Amino acid sequence: MKEFIEGSMAVARGVAVCRPHVVSAYPITPQTHIVEHLSEMVADGDLDSQFINVESEFGAASVVLGAAAAGGRSYSATTSQGLLLMGEVLFNIAGLRLPISITVANRAVSAPINIWNDHSDAMVFRDAGWIMLFAEDNQEVHDMQIQAYKIGENPEIMLPVLVNMDGFILTHAYETVETISQKEADDFLPPFKPEYYLDVNKPITMGVLGDPNYYLETRYSLQEAIDESRDVVKQVAREFKEKFGRWYGDLIDTYRTEDADTVFVAMGSLVGTIKDTVDELRDKGEKVGLLKIRCYRPWPGEEVVESLKNIDNVIVLEKAVSLGASGMMADEIKASLFDTPHRPKISNFFIGLGGRDIPKESLIKVYNQVKEKPQYNQFVDLKPELLEYPS
Amino acid sequence: MSDTKTKKKRKEKPPIEEPLLAPGHRACSGCGESLGAKLVMDAAGPNTYATCCTGCLEVFSTPYPESAWKMPWIHSLFENSSAVAAGIEAALIAQGRDKDVNIIAMGGDGGTADIGIGCLSGMLERGHNILYVCFDNEAYMNTGVQRSGLTPFDARTSTSPPGKRSWGNKTTKKNLPGIAGAHGIPYVATATVGYPNDLINKVKKALKIQGPKYMQVHVPCPLGWIHPTDQTIEIAKLAVLTGLIPIYEMEYGEVTRVRKIGKNRRPVEDYLKPQGRFRHLFAKGAEAEEELEKIRQIAEDNIKKFGLA
Repeated sequence: MKEFIEGSMAVARGVAVCRPHVVSAYPITPQTHIVEHLSEMVADGDLDSQFINVESEFGAASVVLGAAAAGGRSYSATTSQGLLLMGEVLFNIAGLRLPISITVANRAVSAPINIWNDHSDAMVFRDAGWIMLFAEDNQEVHDMQIQAYKIGENPEIMLPVLVNMDGFILTHAYETVETISQKEADDFLPPFKPEYYLDVNKPITMGVLGDPNYYLETRYSLQEAIDESRDVVKQVAREFKEKFGRWYGDLIDTYRTEDADTVFVAMGSLVGTIKDTVDELRDKGEKVGLLKIRCYRPWPGEEVVESLKNIDNVIVLEKAVSLGASGMMADEIKASLFDTPHRPKISNFFIGLGGRDIPKESLIKVYNQVKEKPQYNQFVDLKPELLEYPS
Repeated sequence: MSDTKTKKKRKEKPPIEEPLLAPGHRACSGCGESLGAKLVMDAAGPNTYATCCTGCLEVFSTPYPESAWKMPWIHSLFENSSAVAAGIEAALIAQGRDKDVNIIAMGGDGGTADIGIGCLSGMLERGHNILYVCFDNEAYMNTGVQRSGLTPFDARTSTSPPGKRSWGNKTTKKNLPGIAGAHGIPYVATATVGYPNDLINKVKKALKIQGPKYMQVHVPCPLGWIHPTDQTIEIAKLAVLTGLIPIYEMEYGEVTRVRKIGKNRRPVEDYLKPQGRFRHLFAKGAEAEEELEKIRQIAEDNIKKFGLA
């Protein structure tokens, strides 16, 4: 059904049709609308879930951990400081191989406190063993919820999934969304039936001590599982297209790259702005395209290499900085290309941090700079007057 | 009187059930916590789910590939056994698997009173049908006897050592049962491995009550308290008989029953002297009379407050 709804509602609807047993969350802007919508559905009897209000995001993550350990499908949503506070639990969830799904309304991290969008929060957890998907718009983030469970709960994978959507830009934006009906969801997503879970009829011990004789292999298995999830992410995207007719790419997507000499690379809602910019530049005869990273973890190295094999200039736009190093995604693109015969010039920029607006003009400016010469670790739209010390 | 008649009448003893916490784990000799956990699980019986904080209990019972737990049991992190238990309860309800089961969340004093107090408070406030059991051995034993919020006054720990300017731990035990009771929950109890029947009865009683329950079980640690391993029960009893560890029950925040010590009361020195963690108070030329007086006062206050006399 086509509905004109808020991004957060699109998420809540997408989650509800997955029939989560347990939803637990703590309020934080700009995530809160998602769980407000879910709590209303529970209060109205439209969603048969246990909704647990907790004292912190640490508690929320721990509650959904316990729920998943007991064989329940569980869900939470958070952002920024809340995600950081969940941090210890997030690593634990992955180690315990619990396929929980958490939506992150991506937001900058403190200090200074800033409630607006960038990707500094999620990128902290790139090494945590979570599958990380980034949505471009509200239709995609609605559809990503059911895909997330289908990917994570695959018996060969059993990993948690972070579904990322840009805070405010998507969470608070109203768009027309084709919502998934309960029947369609039930056809697509089977009930969660883990092989191992806490049960008095078949007692198991979870969360044991793994000493140096055993720990290494748990990390190996985790790496193996997240590596294998590449195929599952692709397969689920294909199955989704077959059933629903909608396609956003699988690990990656490309836009007008066929004859391009230059491509932008980005994640999240920025992808939409770039598509408009690409169209505008194309109208002026520029051979430019876009590589959208839809799945950041596992890293789609092969797909990135394949899509960049005929490209001369790559412009990586990131909403997060690895302070003291570089752009995380730019570095990974470079690493992926290192052993290939064709190595394009990789320029990288930090853009939109803390919710700084990203107009098309800024992207065109970046494009023109790169055309002149490659650029490294540049902050887009800096205000030099703010960087001067008062005399 | 003929023997055969009485023998016939005598009920057959029920078969000894396998303990849910099996022997053969790696706890130290004389460990009060392992005894406490065994008694709690014996009292709870089958159909019990357990969560456990990081700490000695988790480490000595589950070094992969071994597990001493013959029950569904999970350890996640140091501070979240209460929240994980809440998640288990929610999932069991959602799946219709919550009938006639017990959920017990466990932690040490550090995992409960310090780092885990936020999650614990959340669990107590939300009304989950869970029994939380804090095994109080009065310091972070697993990491090497560091001070916690439940370490007693003047005790030596590795982070509250006595010295020229210190008599050891500067604070008294945080009143965690009182804090739990202040949540207005139906049942709070203190207990000790020194009186195992009392402990077992309280666990059984707690598990019959719907809603959140909190129990704090005093469990001596021969390693950290520095006493002979065969003195665990004796030391635990002395803690009660000196008035330093009051044993009581609370319902909805009000104290309802206490274990009187009456004429059996013993001077605090009888409890302190056998323990190496208080040895500095009795060293030659220590001049600790003032400190001992403060400890006597703690016992006196407990006796007055809870009517233990």
